[in-house]
Amino acid sequence: MRDLTAHPEWEACQPRFPAHPVAGLAGTSFKPQHLQAILARLKPRGFFEIHAENYMGAGGPPHRALEAIRRDHAVSLHGVCLSIGGPKPLDTAHLARLASLVRRYEPALVSEHLAWSTHETVYFNDLLPLPYTEATLALVCDHIDQVQEAIGRPLLLENPSTYVLFHESTMRETEFIRAVARRTGSGLLLDVNNVFVSATNYGVSPLDYLANFPLGLVGEIHLAGHVEQSDDEGEPLLIDSHDRPVAAAVWRLFERVVERAGRIPTLIEWDSEIPEWPRLEAEAAAAQEILDHAGSARRRSHAA
Amino acid sequence: MRPDPSANAPAPAGAAYAAAFSAALLEPDRKTPALVTGPAGKAAAKRYNVYRNNVTVSLINALAAVYPAVQRITGVEFFRAMARFHIRETPPISPLLFEYGQDFPAFIERYEYAQGMPWLADTARIERAWLDAYHAADAPALGAADLASVPPERLADLVFMPHPATRLVRSRYAAVTIFAANRKPAPVEDIDASQAEDALITRPEFDVVVRRLAPGQAEFLSALMAERPLGEAAAAALEARSDFDVGMGLATLIESGACASAHLGENS
Repeated sequence: MRDLTAHPEWEACQPRFPAHPVAGLAGTSFKPQHLQAILARLKPRGFFEIHAENYMGAGGPPHRALEAIRRDHAVSLHGVCLSIGGPKPLDTAHLARLASLVRRYEPALVSEHLAWSTHETVYFNDLLPLPYTEATLALVCDHIDQVQEAIGRPLLLENPSTYVLFHESTMRETEFIRAVARRTGSGLLLDVNNVFVSATNYGVSPLDYLANFPLGLVGEIHLAGHVEQSDDEGEPLLIDSHDRPVAAAVWRLFERVVERAGRIPTLIEWDSEIPEWPRLEAEAAAAQEILDHAGSARRRSHAA
Repeated sequence: MRPDPSANAPAPAGAAYAAAFSAALLEPDRKTPALVTGPAGKAAAKRYNVYRNNVTVSLINALAAVYPAVQRITGVEFFRAMARFHIRETPPISPLLFEYGQDFPAFIERYEYAQGMPWLADTARIERAWLDAYHAADAPALGAADLASVPPERLADLVFMPHPATRLVRSRYAAVTIFAANRKPAPVEDIDASQAEDALITRPEFDVVVRRLAPGQAEFLSALMAERPLGEAAAAALEARSDFDVGMGLATLIESGACASAHLGENS
Protein backbone atom coordinates (compact mmCIF):
# COMPACT_ATOMS: atom_id res chain seq x y z
CA MET A 1 0.00 0.00 0.00
CA ARG A 2 1.40 3.37 -0.99
CA ASP A 3 -0.05 6.67 0.16
CA LEU A 4 -0.02 9.08 -2.76
CA THR A 5 -0.27 12.14 -0.58
CA ALA A 6 2.25 12.79 2.13
CA HIS A 7 1.89 16.03 4.08
CA PRO A 8 4.24 15.65 7.04
CA GLU A 9 4.54 19.44 7.42
CA TRP A 10 0.79 19.62 8.17
CA GLU A 11 1.26 18.06 11.61
CA ALA A 12 4.38 20.03 12.40
CA CYS A 13 3.02 23.51 11.73
CA GLN A 14 1.49 24.21 15.15
CA PRO A 15 1.82 27.97 15.56
CA ARG A 16 3.73 29.55 18.42
CA PHE A 17 2.72 32.99 19.60
CA PRO A 18 4.46 36.01 21.07
CA ALA A 19 3.83 36.78 24.75
CA HIS A 20 1.77 39.98 24.54
CA PRO A 21 1.32 41.75 27.87
CA VAL A 22 -2.08 42.06 29.53
CA ALA A 23 -1.17 44.12 32.61
CA GLY A 24 -3.14 47.34 32.94
CA LEU A 25 -5.09 46.72 29.73
CA ALA A 26 -8.76 46.72 28.85
CA GLY A 27 -10.14 44.10 26.48
CA THR A 28 -13.37 42.79 25.00
CA SER A 29 -15.09 39.52 24.26
CA PHE A 30 -13.94 38.28 20.84
CA LYS A 31 -16.82 37.74 18.42
CA PRO A 32 -16.02 36.25 14.98
CA GLN A 33 -18.12 38.88 13.18
CA HIS A 34 -15.62 41.51 14.40
CA LEU A 35 -12.54 39.70 13.08
CA GLN A 36 -11.95 41.82 9.96
CA ALA A 37 -12.54 45.11 11.81
CA ILE A 38 -10.11 44.06 14.54
CA LEU A 39 -7.42 42.97 12.08
CA ALA A 40 -7.84 46.23 10.12
CA ARG A 41 -6.83 48.36 13.10
CA LEU A 42 -3.53 50.10 12.51
CA LYS A 43 -2.31 49.56 16.05
CA PRO A 44 -3.30 46.37 17.87
CA ARG A 45 -4.38 47.22 21.39
CA GLY A 46 -5.90 45.48 24.39
CA PHE A 47 -6.73 41.83 24.80
CA PHE A 48 -9.52 39.49 23.77
CA GLU A 49 -11.42 36.90 25.73
CA ILE A 50 -12.93 33.79 24.21
CA HIS A 51 -15.32 31.22 25.59
CA ALA A 52 -13.17 28.11 25.61
CA GLU A 53 -16.00 25.81 24.51
CA ASN A 54 -16.44 27.66 21.21
CA TYR A 55 -12.92 26.62 20.23
CA MET A 56 -13.12 22.98 21.18
CA GLY A 57 -14.00 21.81 17.69
CA ALA A 58 -11.31 19.82 15.90
CA GLY A 59 -10.53 22.47 13.29
CA GLY A 60 -12.00 24.91 10.80
CA PRO A 61 -12.58 28.68 10.72
CA PRO A 62 -12.85 29.21 14.52
CA HIS A 63 -9.22 28.17 14.96
CA ARG A 64 -8.08 30.25 11.97
CA ALA A 65 -9.77 33.31 13.50
CA LEU A 66 -8.29 32.70 16.94
CA GLU A 67 -4.80 32.21 15.51
CA ALA A 68 -5.11 35.55 13.71
CA ILE A 69 -6.26 37.30 16.89
CA ARG A 70 -3.64 35.63 19.07
CA ARG A 71 -0.75 36.67 16.81
CA ASP A 72 -1.19 40.37 17.72
CA HIS A 73 -2.90 40.22 21.12
CA ALA A 74 -2.97 38.58 24.50
CA VAL A 75 -5.91 36.20 24.85
CA SER A 76 -7.94 35.31 27.91
CA LEU A 77 -9.46 31.83 27.94
CA HIS A 78 -12.79 31.84 29.76
CA GLY A 79 -14.39 28.47 30.46
CA VAL A 80 -18.16 28.51 30.84
CA CYS A 81 -19.12 24.90 31.49
CA LEU A 82 -16.63 22.90 33.51
CA SER A 83 -19.25 22.68 36.27
CA ILE A 84 -16.72 23.35 39.02
CA GLY A 85 -19.54 24.02 41.49
CA GLY A 86 -21.38 20.75 40.78
CA PRO A 87 -21.29 17.68 43.03
CA LYS A 88 -20.32 15.29 40.23
CA PRO A 89 -16.72 14.56 39.23
CA LEU A 90 -15.43 16.87 36.49
CA ASP A 91 -15.72 15.64 32.92
CA THR A 92 -12.11 14.60 32.31
CA ALA A 93 -12.49 14.63 28.54
CA HIS A 94 -13.68 18.23 28.75
CA LEU A 95 -10.83 19.14 31.07
CA ALA A 96 -8.37 17.59 28.63
CA ARG A 97 -9.82 19.76 25.84
CA LEU A 98 -9.35 22.85 28.03
CA ALA A 99 -5.75 21.90 28.80
CA SER A 100 -5.08 21.37 25.12
CA LEU A 101 -6.43 24.88 24.30
CA VAL A 102 -4.16 26.34 27.00
CA ARG A 103 -1.15 24.63 25.41
CA ARG A 104 -2.13 25.61 21.90
CA TYR A 105 -2.95 29.30 22.40
CA GLU A 106 -0.81 30.19 25.44
CA PRO A 107 -3.44 32.50 26.98
CA ALA A 108 -2.43 35.27 29.38
CA LEU A 109 -5.42 34.49 31.62
CA VAL A 110 -7.51 31.36 32.25
CA SER A 111 -10.78 31.58 34.17
CA GLU A 112 -13.93 29.66 35.12
CA HIS A 113 -17.07 30.25 37.18
CA LEU A 114 -18.15 29.46 40.69
CA ALA A 115 -21.21 27.69 39.31
CA TRP A 116 -22.34 24.41 37.76
CA SER A 117 -24.06 23.56 34.50
CA THR A 118 -24.14 19.77 34.19
CA HIS A 119 -25.99 17.29 36.37
CA GLU A 120 -25.98 13.54 35.73
CA THR A 121 -25.80 13.54 31.94
CA VAL A 122 -27.66 16.76 31.15
CA TYR A 123 -25.87 19.96 30.20
CA PHE A 124 -28.12 22.92 31.12
CA ASN A 125 -26.10 25.67 29.39
CA ASP A 126 -26.51 28.09 32.28
CA LEU A 127 -24.39 29.08 35.27
CA LEU A 128 -26.39 27.51 38.10
CA PRO A 129 -25.92 28.47 41.77
CA LEU A 130 -24.70 26.36 44.67
CA PRO A 131 -25.16 26.55 48.43
CA TYR A 132 -22.14 27.77 50.35
CA THR A 133 -21.34 25.10 52.95
CA GLU A 134 -18.30 23.22 54.22
CA ALA A 135 -19.32 20.31 51.96
CA THR A 136 -19.52 22.40 48.78
CA LEU A 137 -16.33 24.22 49.72
CA ALA A 138 -14.52 20.89 49.84
CA LEU A 139 -15.84 19.78 46.46
CA VAL A 140 -15.14 23.11 44.74
CA CYS A 141 -11.58 23.03 46.09
CA ASP A 142 -11.10 19.45 44.86
CA HIS A 143 -12.33 20.47 41.42
CA ILE A 144 -10.08 23.52 41.24
CA ASP A 145 -7.07 21.45 42.33
CA GLN A 146 -7.88 19.07 39.49
CA VAL A 147 -8.23 21.89 36.93
CA GLN A 148 -5.01 23.59 38.00
CA GLU A 149 -3.20 20.26 37.84
CA ALA A 150 -4.51 19.71 34.29
CA ILE A 151 -3.66 23.17 32.95
CA GLY A 152 -0.42 23.55 34.90
CA ARG A 153 -1.19 27.05 36.16
CA PRO A 154 -3.52 28.91 38.54
CA LEU A 155 -7.13 29.40 37.54
CA LEU A 156 -9.02 32.64 38.06
CA LEU A 157 -12.38 31.83 39.70
CA GLU A 158 -15.27 34.20 38.89
CA ASN A 159 -17.91 35.34 41.37
CA PRO A 160 -21.37 34.60 39.94
CA SER A 161 -24.56 36.56 39.36
CA THR A 162 -27.28 34.73 41.28
CA TYR A 163 -31.03 35.08 41.72
CA VAL A 164 -31.78 32.72 44.64
CA LEU A 165 -30.27 31.85 48.01
CA PHE A 166 -30.08 28.38 49.57
CA HIS A 167 -31.55 27.64 53.00
CA GLU A 168 -28.60 25.34 53.70
CA SER A 169 -25.87 27.97 53.06
CA THR A 170 -23.72 28.56 56.15
CA MET A 171 -21.29 31.15 54.80
CA ARG A 172 -21.31 34.31 52.74
CA GLU A 173 -20.16 34.18 49.13
CA THR A 174 -17.12 36.37 49.84
CA GLU A 175 -16.13 34.09 52.73
CA PHE A 176 -16.53 31.05 50.50
CA ILE A 177 -14.48 32.56 47.66
CA ARG A 178 -11.75 33.69 50.04
CA ALA A 179 -11.53 30.14 51.47
CA VAL A 180 -11.38 28.58 47.98
CA ALA A 181 -8.51 30.85 46.95
CA ARG A 182 -6.63 30.23 50.19
CA ARG A 183 -6.95 26.45 49.97
CA THR A 184 -6.28 26.03 46.25
CA GLY A 185 -3.92 28.90 45.47
CA SER A 186 -6.26 30.01 42.68
CA GLY A 187 -6.62 33.63 41.64
CA LEU A 188 -9.93 35.43 41.26
CA LEU A 189 -11.86 37.04 38.46
CA LEU A 190 -13.95 39.86 39.93
CA ASP A 191 -17.06 40.46 37.84
CA VAL A 192 -18.16 43.90 39.01
CA ASN A 193 -21.48 43.63 37.18
CA ASN A 194 -22.15 40.33 38.97
CA VAL A 195 -21.42 42.03 42.29
CA PHE A 196 -23.94 44.75 41.47
CA VAL A 197 -26.55 42.30 40.13
CA SER A 198 -26.38 39.91 43.11
CA ALA A 199 -26.22 42.70 45.70
CA THR A 200 -29.31 44.35 44.20
CA ASN A 201 -31.10 41.01 44.04
CA TYR A 202 -30.51 40.42 47.76
CA GLY A 203 -30.99 44.01 48.91
CA VAL A 204 -27.42 44.39 50.18
CA SER A 205 -24.71 46.92 49.42
CA PRO A 206 -22.25 46.11 46.62
CA LEU A 207 -19.66 48.15 48.51
CA ASP A 208 -20.00 45.84 51.51
CA TYR A 209 -19.48 42.87 49.20
CA LEU A 210 -16.36 44.47 47.74
CA ALA A 211 -15.07 45.36 51.20
CA ASN A 212 -15.14 41.64 52.03
CA PHE A 213 -13.70 40.48 48.70
CA PRO A 214 -9.96 39.64 48.63
CA LEU A 215 -9.06 42.22 46.00
CA GLY A 216 -5.36 41.35 46.25
CA LEU A 217 -6.05 38.02 44.54
CA VAL A 218 -7.92 39.50 41.56
CA GLY A 219 -6.17 38.83 38.26
CA GLU A 220 -8.96 40.04 35.98
CA ILE A 221 -12.09 42.18 36.13
CA HIS A 222 -15.28 41.70 34.11
CA LEU A 223 -17.75 44.43 33.23
CA ALA A 224 -21.02 43.79 31.40
CA GLY A 225 -24.57 45.02 30.94
CA HIS A 226 -27.60 43.78 32.85
CA VAL A 227 -31.36 44.05 32.42
CA GLU A 228 -33.94 44.83 35.08
CA GLN A 229 -36.95 42.61 35.75
CA SER A 230 -38.94 42.25 38.96
CA ASP A 231 -39.17 39.63 41.69
CA ASP A 232 -42.30 38.08 43.25
CA GLU A 233 -42.69 41.14 45.47
CA GLY A 234 -42.49 43.53 42.50
CA GLU A 235 -39.04 44.79 43.45
CA PRO A 236 -36.10 45.00 41.03
CA LEU A 237 -34.49 41.71 40.03
CA LEU A 238 -31.43 42.23 37.86
CA ILE A 239 -30.48 39.70 35.19
CA ASP A 240 -26.88 39.30 34.05
CA SER A 241 -27.73 39.57 30.34
CA HIS A 242 -24.46 40.72 28.63
CA ASP A 243 -26.60 42.31 25.92
CA ARG A 244 -26.09 46.05 26.42
CA PRO A 245 -23.60 48.67 27.64
CA VAL A 246 -22.21 48.61 31.16
CA ALA A 247 -24.57 50.43 33.57
CA ALA A 248 -23.48 53.75 35.10
CA ALA A 249 -23.62 52.31 38.64
CA VAL A 250 -21.30 49.48 37.58
CA TRP A 251 -18.80 51.94 36.07
CA ARG A 252 -18.75 53.79 39.42
CA LEU A 253 -18.13 50.56 41.32
CA PHE A 254 -15.36 49.70 38.86
CA GLU A 255 -13.68 53.05 39.55
CA ARG A 256 -13.77 52.31 43.27
CA VAL A 257 -12.22 48.87 42.68
CA VAL A 258 -9.45 50.28 40.48
CA GLU A 259 -8.68 53.01 43.04
CA ARG A 260 -8.19 50.36 45.69
CA ALA A 261 -6.73 47.44 43.74
CA GLY A 262 -4.82 49.09 40.90
CA ARG A 263 -4.73 48.51 37.16
CA ILE A 264 -6.13 45.01 36.85
CA PRO A 265 -6.78 43.71 33.29
CA THR A 266 -10.43 44.52 32.59
CA LEU A 267 -12.77 42.92 30.11
CA ILE A 268 -16.01 44.20 28.57
CA GLU A 269 -18.28 41.18 28.10
CA TRP A 270 -20.95 41.39 25.42
CA ASP A 271 -22.48 38.06 24.35
CA SER A 272 -25.95 38.78 23.03
CA GLU A 273 -27.40 41.57 20.81
CA ILE A 274 -23.78 42.09 19.82
CA PRO A 275 -23.09 45.57 18.45
CA GLU A 276 -20.80 46.63 15.63
CA TRP A 277 -17.11 46.59 16.57
CA PRO A 278 -16.71 50.38 17.13
CA ARG A 279 -19.40 50.32 19.85
CA LEU A 280 -17.64 47.51 21.71
CA GLU A 281 -14.24 49.11 21.16
CA ALA A 282 -15.58 52.35 22.68
CA GLU A 283 -16.67 50.49 25.84
CA ALA A 284 -13.18 49.04 26.16
CA ALA A 285 -11.68 52.50 25.59
CA ALA A 286 -13.81 53.85 28.45
CA ALA A 287 -12.48 51.10 30.73
CA GLN A 288 -8.94 51.78 29.53
CA GLU A 289 -9.28 55.45 30.40
CA ILE A 290 -10.26 54.59 33.97
CA LEU A 291 -7.33 52.16 34.25
CA ASP A 292 -4.87 54.71 32.83
CA HIS A 293 -6.18 57.45 35.09
CA ALA A 294 -5.80 55.23 38.16
CA GLY A 295 -2.24 54.47 37.13
CA SER A 296 -1.29 58.15 36.82
CA ALA A 297 -3.17 59.06 40.02
CA ARG A 298 -1.19 56.42 41.88
CA ARG A 299 2.09 57.58 40.42
CA ARG A 300 1.29 61.14 41.46
CA SER A 301 0.47 60.09 45.00
CA HIS A 302 3.75 58.14 45.21
CA ALA A 303 5.69 61.15 43.89
CA ALA A 304 4.08 63.52 46.44
CA MET B 1 -40.19 15.19 52.71
CA ARG B 2 -38.71 15.90 49.31
CA PRO B 3 -41.10 15.77 46.37
CA ASP B 4 -38.22 14.95 44.03
CA PRO B 5 -37.59 11.20 43.72
CA SER B 6 -34.10 11.68 42.29
CA ALA B 7 -33.05 13.24 45.62
CA ASN B 8 -33.21 9.71 47.06
CA ALA B 9 -30.32 8.60 44.89
CA PRO B 10 -27.09 8.19 46.84
CA ALA B 11 -25.06 11.41 46.93
CA PRO B 12 -22.25 12.63 49.14
CA ALA B 13 -23.31 14.66 52.17
CA GLY B 14 -24.27 18.19 51.15
CA ALA B 15 -24.38 17.29 47.44
CA ALA B 16 -28.13 16.81 46.96
CA TYR B 17 -28.63 20.41 45.83
CA ALA B 18 -27.85 19.79 42.17
CA ALA B 19 -30.44 17.03 41.80
CA ALA B 20 -33.08 19.03 43.67
CA PHE B 21 -32.31 22.28 41.83
CA SER B 22 -32.11 20.80 38.33
CA ALA B 23 -35.17 18.52 38.51
CA ALA B 24 -37.59 21.36 37.71
CA LEU B 25 -35.43 23.33 35.26
CA LEU B 26 -36.96 21.81 32.14
CA GLU B 27 -40.36 21.20 33.78
CA PRO B 28 -42.39 24.42 33.86
CA ASP B 29 -45.27 22.74 35.72
CA ARG B 30 -43.20 21.62 38.69
CA LYS B 31 -43.02 23.69 41.85
CA THR B 32 -40.04 25.85 42.73
CA PRO B 33 -37.53 23.59 44.54
CA ALA B 34 -37.92 23.95 48.31
CA LEU B 35 -34.19 24.36 48.89
CA VAL B 36 -34.04 27.90 47.42
CA THR B 37 -35.42 31.19 48.70
CA GLY B 38 -35.33 34.92 48.15
CA PRO B 39 -33.60 37.15 50.71
CA ALA B 40 -35.29 37.96 54.05
CA GLY B 41 -38.14 35.54 53.49
CA LYS B 42 -38.95 36.77 49.97
CA ALA B 43 -40.44 34.24 47.54
CA ALA B 44 -38.25 32.38 45.04
CA ALA B 45 -40.71 31.55 42.24
CA LYS B 46 -39.85 34.34 39.80
CA ARG B 47 -36.22 34.13 40.87
CA TYR B 48 -36.02 30.41 40.09
CA ASN B 49 -37.82 31.05 36.80
CA VAL B 50 -34.85 33.17 35.69
CA TYR B 51 -32.82 29.93 35.57
CA ARG B 52 -35.62 28.02 33.84
CA ASN B 53 -35.85 30.75 31.25
CA ASN B 54 -32.07 30.99 30.75
CA VAL B 55 -31.81 27.23 30.20
CA THR B 56 -34.69 26.88 27.75
CA VAL B 57 -34.10 30.09 25.81
CA SER B 58 -30.36 29.52 25.47
CA LEU B 59 -30.90 25.98 24.21
CA ILE B 60 -33.58 27.12 21.75
CA ASN B 61 -31.11 29.77 20.56
CA ALA B 62 -28.45 27.08 20.20
CA LEU B 63 -30.74 25.05 17.94
CA ALA B 64 -31.69 28.18 15.97
CA ALA B 65 -27.98 28.84 15.40
CA VAL B 66 -27.50 25.33 13.99
CA TYR B 67 -30.71 25.35 11.92
CA PRO B 68 -31.24 28.88 10.51
CA ALA B 69 -32.83 27.66 7.25
CA VAL B 70 -35.32 25.47 9.14
CA GLN B 71 -36.24 28.49 11.29
CA ARG B 72 -36.66 30.68 8.23
CA ILE B 73 -38.96 28.11 6.61
CA THR B 74 -41.13 27.48 9.67
CA GLY B 75 -41.09 31.01 11.05
CA VAL B 76 -39.71 31.91 14.46
CA GLU B 77 -42.77 31.01 16.60
CA PHE B 78 -43.19 27.57 15.02
CA PHE B 79 -39.47 26.87 15.29
CA ARG B 80 -39.21 27.88 18.94
CA ALA B 81 -42.21 25.74 19.90
CA MET B 82 -40.76 22.75 18.02
CA ALA B 83 -37.31 23.31 19.55
CA ARG B 84 -38.80 23.53 23.05
CA PHE B 85 -40.40 20.09 22.63
CA HIS B 86 -37.14 18.65 21.39
CA ILE B 87 -35.09 20.14 24.23
CA ARG B 88 -37.39 18.63 26.87
CA GLU B 89 -37.23 15.25 25.13
CA THR B 90 -33.51 15.31 24.26
CA PRO B 91 -31.55 17.86 26.30
CA PRO B 92 -27.85 18.24 25.48
CA ILE B 93 -25.45 15.78 27.07
CA SER B 94 -22.28 17.62 26.02
CA PRO B 95 -21.14 21.14 26.87
CA LEU B 96 -20.07 21.55 23.24
CA LEU B 97 -23.27 23.15 21.96
CA PHE B 98 -22.13 23.16 18.33
CA GLU B 99 -22.57 19.38 18.56
CA TYR B 100 -26.12 19.68 19.95
CA GLY B 101 -29.15 18.83 17.85
CA GLN B 102 -27.87 15.71 16.10
CA ASP B 103 -31.29 14.14 16.78
CA PHE B 104 -33.27 17.21 15.76
CA PRO B 105 -33.78 16.16 12.10
CA ALA B 106 -35.27 12.82 13.22
CA PHE B 107 -37.44 14.72 15.71
CA ILE B 108 -38.69 17.03 12.93
CA GLU B 109 -39.56 13.98 10.85
CA ARG B 110 -42.04 12.77 13.46
CA TYR B 111 -43.13 16.19 14.81
CA GLU B 112 -46.88 16.32 14.37
CA TYR B 113 -47.07 19.92 13.15
CA ALA B 114 -44.26 19.48 10.59
CA GLN B 115 -45.96 16.65 8.70
CA GLY B 116 -47.00 19.05 5.95
CA MET B 117 -43.32 19.78 5.23
CA PRO B 118 -41.87 16.31 4.54
CA TRP B 119 -38.65 17.88 3.15
CA LEU B 120 -37.94 19.83 6.34
CA ALA B 121 -36.03 17.01 8.10
CA ASP B 122 -33.62 16.56 5.18
CA THR B 123 -33.06 20.32 5.01
CA ALA B 124 -32.14 20.08 8.69
CA ARG B 125 -29.79 17.16 7.96
CA ILE B 126 -27.90 19.33 5.47
CA GLU B 127 -27.66 22.15 8.03
CA ARG B 128 -26.36 19.73 10.66
CA ALA B 129 -23.79 18.35 8.17
CA TRP B 130 -22.79 21.93 7.30
CA LEU B 131 -21.88 22.68 10.92
CA ASP B 132 -20.12 19.34 11.39
CA ALA B 133 -18.01 20.14 8.32
CA TYR B 134 -17.32 23.65 9.65
CA HIS B 135 -15.81 22.28 12.89
CA ALA B 136 -14.16 19.18 11.40
CA ALA B 137 -10.41 18.62 11.68
CA ASP B 138 -8.17 20.50 9.26
CA ALA B 139 -6.49 18.47 6.54
CA PRO B 140 -5.26 19.20 3.03
CA ALA B 141 -7.55 17.94 0.28
CA LEU B 142 -6.36 15.53 -2.39
CA GLY B 143 -5.63 17.33 -5.65
CA ALA B 144 -5.48 16.07 -9.23
CA ALA B 145 -1.67 16.35 -9.17
CA ASP B 146 -1.57 13.75 -6.37
CA LEU B 147 -2.97 11.20 -8.84
CA ALA B 148 -0.64 12.04 -11.74
CA SER B 149 1.75 9.21 -10.90
CA VAL B 150 -0.94 6.50 -11.02
CA PRO B 151 -0.66 4.38 -14.20
CA PRO B 152 -3.98 4.42 -16.11
CA GLU B 153 -4.35 0.63 -15.83
CA ARG B 154 -4.24 0.89 -12.03
CA LEU B 155 -6.87 3.65 -11.65
CA ALA B 156 -9.60 1.14 -10.82
CA ASP B 157 -7.60 0.01 -7.76
CA LEU B 158 -7.43 3.48 -6.21
CA VAL B 159 -8.84 3.70 -2.68
CA PHE B 160 -9.69 7.16 -1.34
CA MET B 161 -9.67 8.29 2.28
CA PRO B 162 -12.41 10.85 3.02
CA HIS B 163 -11.48 14.34 4.18
CA PRO B 164 -12.62 14.83 7.84
CA ALA B 165 -15.20 17.44 6.79
CA THR B 166 -16.90 15.41 4.04
CA ARG B 167 -20.61 14.54 4.48
CA LEU B 168 -23.21 13.12 2.12
CA VAL B 169 -26.95 13.72 2.57
CA ARG B 170 -29.45 12.00 0.28
CA SER B 171 -33.03 13.21 0.07
CA ARG B 172 -36.23 12.13 -1.65
CA TYR B 173 -37.02 15.85 -1.83
CA ALA B 174 -35.35 18.99 -3.20
CA ALA B 175 -33.55 19.49 0.11
CA VAL B 176 -30.40 20.97 -1.43
CA THR B 177 -32.29 23.66 -3.33
CA ILE B 178 -34.45 24.39 -0.28
CA PHE B 179 -31.38 24.59 1.96
CA ALA B 180 -29.51 26.92 -0.42
CA ALA B 181 -32.48 29.23 -0.99
CA ASN B 182 -33.09 29.61 2.75
CA ARG B 183 -29.50 30.31 3.75
CA LYS B 184 -29.33 33.40 1.51
CA PRO B 185 -30.85 36.76 2.36
CA ALA B 186 -32.70 36.95 -0.99
CA PRO B 187 -36.43 36.16 -1.11
CA VAL B 188 -37.19 32.48 -1.75
CA GLU B 189 -38.90 31.69 -5.05
CA ASP B 190 -41.19 28.74 -5.68
CA ILE B 191 -39.37 25.41 -5.41
CA ASP B 192 -40.63 22.06 -6.68
CA ALA B 193 -39.93 20.09 -3.50
CA SER B 194 -40.78 16.72 -5.07
CA GLN B 195 -37.47 16.49 -6.99
CA ALA B 196 -35.05 14.08 -5.23
CA GLU B 197 -31.65 15.66 -4.53
CA ASP B 198 -28.34 14.53 -3.02
CA ALA B 199 -25.94 16.88 -1.24
CA LEU B 200 -22.18 16.66 -0.93
CA ILE B 201 -20.83 18.82 1.91
CA THR B 202 -17.09 19.57 1.96
CA ARG B 203 -14.67 22.04 3.50
CA PRO B 204 -11.40 21.78 1.58
CA GLU B 205 -9.98 24.88 3.32
CA PHE B 206 -12.00 27.53 5.13
CA ASP B 207 -15.40 27.61 3.53
CA VAL B 208 -18.01 24.90 3.76
CA VAL B 209 -19.43 24.12 0.30
CA VAL B 210 -22.73 22.31 -0.31
CA ARG B 211 -23.06 20.80 -3.81
CA ARG B 212 -26.02 19.20 -5.47
CA LEU B 213 -24.86 15.92 -7.01
CA ALA B 214 -25.67 14.63 -10.50
CA PRO B 215 -27.55 11.29 -10.75
CA GLY B 216 -25.40 8.33 -9.67
CA GLN B 217 -22.77 10.47 -7.97
CA ALA B 218 -24.13 9.83 -4.48
CA GLU B 219 -23.83 6.07 -4.99
CA PHE B 220 -20.34 6.58 -6.42
CA LEU B 221 -19.15 8.83 -3.59
CA SER B 222 -20.71 6.82 -0.79
CA ALA B 223 -18.93 3.69 -2.09
CA LEU B 224 -15.66 5.64 -2.23
CA MET B 225 -16.20 7.08 1.26
CA ALA B 226 -16.66 3.50 2.45
CA GLU B 227 -13.15 2.94 1.07
CA ARG B 228 -14.20 0.69 -1.80
CA PRO B 229 -11.82 0.90 -4.80
CA LEU B 230 -12.65 3.26 -7.64
CA GLY B 231 -13.57 0.47 -10.06
CA GLU B 232 -16.12 -1.02 -7.66
CA ALA B 233 -17.56 2.40 -6.82
CA ALA B 234 -18.03 3.22 -10.51
CA ALA B 235 -19.76 -0.13 -11.08
CA ALA B 236 -22.11 0.48 -8.13
CA ALA B 237 -23.01 3.93 -9.49
CA LEU B 238 -23.60 2.59 -13.00
CA GLU B 239 -25.82 -0.12 -11.62
CA ALA B 240 -27.92 2.51 -9.83
CA ARG B 241 -27.94 4.93 -12.78
CA SER B 242 -27.00 3.76 -16.25
CA ASP B 243 -26.38 7.40 -17.27
CA PHE B 244 -23.73 7.90 -14.54
CA ASP B 245 -20.59 9.58 -15.94
CA VAL B 246 -17.43 8.22 -14.25
CA GLY B 247 -15.25 11.09 -15.49
CA MET B 248 -17.63 13.68 -14.08
CA GLY B 249 -17.89 11.73 -10.85
CA LEU B 250 -14.13 11.72 -10.46
CA ALA B 251 -13.95 15.43 -11.33
CA THR B 252 -16.52 16.21 -8.59
CA LEU B 253 -14.54 14.13 -6.13
CA ILE B 254 -11.35 16.11 -6.78
CA GLU B 255 -12.86 19.59 -7.25
CA SER B 256 -14.93 19.35 -4.08
CA GLY B 257 -11.98 18.36 -1.91
CA ALA B 258 -13.96 15.40 -0.58
CA CYS B 259 -10.83 13.27 -0.10
CA ALA B 260 -7.76 13.71 2.04
CA SER B 261 -5.63 11.07 0.37
CA ALA B 262 -5.59 8.06 -1.91
CA HIS B 263 -3.60 4.87 -2.21
CA LEU B 264 -3.48 1.85 -4.47
CA GLY B 265 -5.49 -1.02 -3.03
CA GLU B 266 -4.27 -4.54 -2.23
CA ASN B 267 -5.55 -6.57 -5.19
CA SER B 268 -2.82 -5.67 -7.63
